[in-house]
Amino acid sequence: MITFKLNGQDVSVDVDGDTPLLWVIRDELGLTGTKFGCGIGMCGACTVHVGGRATRSCATPASYVSGAEVVTIEGLDPKGAHPLQTAWSELNVPQCGYCQSGQIMQAAALLKDIPDPTDDDIDAVMTGNLCRCMTYIRIRDAVRKAAATMKGAKNG
Amino acid sequence: MADDLRKSPRSAVALPRASRRGFLVAMASTVAMFGFPLGADAAIAPGEPGERPITPNGKMFEPTIWYWIDQAGRINVHVINAEIGQHIGTATARILADELDADWKDIHIEHVDVAPKWGNMVTGGSMSVWGAWPRYRQAGAAGRVALIEAAAKLWGVAPESCQTRNSMVTSGTHSISYGELVASGLSRSFTDAELKALPLKPVSDLRLVGRNVVELDVPDKTDGKALFGIDAKVEGMVYGVPLLPPTRLGSSVVSIDDSVAKGMKGYIRTVDLKDPTGIVPGVVVVIGQSLMAAKWASEKVKVTWTAGPTAALTEQQMLDRARALIRDAGVGTILDTGDTETAPIFAKAAETLEAEYTCASVLHFQLEPVNATALRNTSGTWEVHTGTQWPSLILPALEQAVGAKSGEVEIKSYLCGGGFGRRLNGDYAVVGLLASKAMDGKPVKVVFFREEDALFDSFRSPSVQRLRMAFDKGKQVLAMDHDAAAGWTMEAMGLGAGMTKGKDGRTFDPNSIDGADHYYSVGPHKVRAISLDLANQLRIGFLRSVGPGWTNFALESFMDEAAHKVGVDPVQFRLAHLKPEGRNAGSLPSSVGGAARQAHVLKRVVELSGYGKQEAPGKDSAIGIATTYGQNRLSPTWIACAAKVHVERKSGTITVQKLWIVVDCGVVIDPDGSLAQIQGGALWGVSLAVLEGTTIENGRPRDRNLGTYKPLRMIDTPELAIEFVKSTAAPVGLGEPGVTVVAPAIANAVFNAVGVRVRHLPMTPDVVKKALTS
Repeated sequence: MITFKLNGQDVSVDVDGDTPLLWVIRDELGLTGTKFGCGIGMCGACTVHVGGRATRSCATPASYVSGAEVVTIEGLDPKGAHPLQTAWSELNVPQCGYCQSGQIMQAAALLKDIPDPTDDDIDAVMTGNLCRCMTYIRIRDAVRKAAATMKGAKNG
Repeated sequence: MADDLRKSPRSAVALPRASRRGFLVAMASTVAMFGFPLGADAAIAPGEPGERPITPNGKMFEPTIWYWIDQAGRINVHVINAEIGQHIGTATARILADELDADWKDIHIEHVDVAPKWGNMVTGGSMSVWGAWPRYRQAGAAGRVALIEAAAKLWGVAPESCQTRNSMVTSGTHSISYGELVASGLSRSFTDAELKALPLKPVSDLRLVGRNVVELDVPDKTDGKALFGIDAKVEGMVYGVPLLPPTRLGSSVVSIDDSVAKGMKGYIRTVDLKDPTGIVPGVVVVIGQSLMAAKWASEKVKVTWTAGPTAALTEQQMLDRARALIRDAGVGTILDTGDTETAPIFAKAAETLEAEYTCASVLHFQLEPVNATALRNTSGTWEVHTGTQWPSLILPALEQAVGAKSGEVEIKSYLCGGGFGRRLNGDYAVVGLLASKAMDGKPVKVVFFREEDALFDSFRSPSVQRLRMAFDKGKQVLAMDHDAAAGWTMEAMGLGAGMTKGKDGRTFDPNSIDGADHYYSVGPHKVRAISLDLANQLRIGFLRSVGPGWTNFALESFMDEAAHKVGVDPVQFRLAHLKPEGRNAGSLPSSVGGAARQAHVLKRVVELSGYGKQEAPGKDSAIGIATTYGQNRLSPTWIACAAKVHVERKSGTITVQKLWIVVDCGVVIDPDGSLAQIQGGALWGVSLAVLEGTTIENGRPRDRNLGTYKPLRMIDTPELAIEFVKSTAAPVGLGEPGVTVVAPAIANAVFNAVGVRVRHLPMTPDVVKKALTS
């Protein structure tokens, strides 16, 4: 039995400890916003937060998160209105949308670490997240926009 | 980089199975689980709760099959295209709502499930908006006319006195909402002839078309609510992981040994699909209680196959075969390009130019690996839950797979986590359905892991092209030949009967030659399309921009080479041959203007980019130009690109610094969505030009995952400057044209920067270095 916190709720699952966290979240706990892309941690579609850090859930054994706090796209904001999510909609960032949960979770971790990122910061962090529709320019714009919103909220 | 885990998943999944796995036993809160009611309509409706379609509230009115209005005033638009990231539901609904004079707030969209009444449901070839424009305008006009008639009757006024706006009909002091009119009972229907005769708004009166909006599918793609095929969940389902035979076609199962797997927790059984369709021969599926149980077991199941004829096939053999076919003047199909008698001209020409261009095999690598969930529901109907771009094509094969009659198999629509042409080929749905059939109709979700997705890909065929041009003594162009040998997807997928007839009466797959049949006036012009049979045996497929992705690389590189040969600037050389005359004059509705519109975008991109200005952009840097008409002559999207690149001579690395693109697609329906398509297409073009390619070894793609397959990432994304030409011409597509211009513009820029001609895609550092040193 592996117990951890998922989006603020305590959950226990009886799975093999080697099961990638991704499939525990998707198939055992039923939250399908986190996606499967490459299975080797190189596309970023499966990105969630473990203890606040961006983590590739496809390459994270479930045993690794025992006792940890895991946040998925569904838990990023109670109303789905994190400044990043708002910016993502306003700028029509997603195309097919499949990678975007991972993009947003990666970006949220970025803004926690670097609240006012330069374009180089954004590129350096976000380049690990593949987008086959190639929405990179809008992702960059939306991260900047969300950073500005969050900065404004803090100063205001 | 954040602290993502970089370890190989193999290390995560290959450990001994020590602990017992089981099902979720305790949860502190209810996590939303969704399960489709068996037999229910599963059409996808972006933006609605649970992405489930809305149902009419009380009375409803359906002026045509394309939408209904209920008494609450809600307007539900039936969209027959798949959502693959192009926001087609929004574009379609904008066309309808504008003509209907609907309030945008009343609009809902539903991507309907496949049914004969919708016609051929296919999303490809950049045809969706082009097809939707006449259809949904007529449908909107039908509703508007019916609502006005009803209101006029109600008030005893002349219909001509009524106006419509924001889902209201008004006349003088009278005013009533569409919903109220529907509540009063409306049943007007229209014959095809009546529909065609309906008055349409002039383009200048359109209010929603041409204005930006949050795309209807976008909000659910920011919070995890969007439902892709891989998210399908059916009560009681088990999971399947495929074991693929040594060759894509022609293999057959000899024996299956699952003795080791039998002892593994969660393993159910291994099924030989015994495919009766010939689409997925030799595929075996390992079934487990969970996906990982199936995956882990699949690593222990030993299958012996007899391999098909392509077991030792290599990329080089395909290229050699293509060259041999090109040398044989008797093979291939000559397209009807007017005067094709080029041989006597070449025989007498003062000078000729010839060049060969090659393109490597390319993977789709759509981010959602192919998958399908299938079951036999309580009413005996087979359901296949999956995202597909061409449900109409695969449905008969699915019926054949389970020996069902028409109507006994239903495809349930989902969003596609990337289409790019991969999901035009629904072979994976056959795998899912046959797995369920082998399990007596039990719900089975088959998921291809990435490596299997790559092995099973209907990748882009390699190609070889030979272009020739004849000149007179005065260096004027006299004639042109274009021979292109590449796989023909229509042959590979058994669609030979639907191919196009050439001038010589033979058939050809237009998807593999479109683009060669260009809008330049070059005198007699012979285009020969040749089917690369070896590629067809690998079941190659359509990949975003398809033929125009390689024909234009060759054609637009060659136009530059020809210009340099005759000592004319490449832009001036093109403009001199883009004459709106004869077959290049264009015609209503979609190609009106012809070559003149292509010349216009070319001139405009030259202005924008500053191409040809005195100041050089830097050492080993330059701008190159290319222009195309997008996907096909029937619905041309006029486009031109200027690419600024830097070439690092030592390593051969091309850095694409900036792209300027000018597009004329007729009326722009959804400006921001249109921009997104060109942005994505252009960057896909960059990725195909300098990064993406694989090699066929032993009949299979060498690259299986991101360790070796390296598509474009954010850090390598060039600056983009994109401009749309204002136009009132009929709208055409935007999904692929952006791809077609980029590779040749980059190749031409490389020539301008360092003086070498790169005639191979992808232009990787090795390829460039070789060109630099040869």
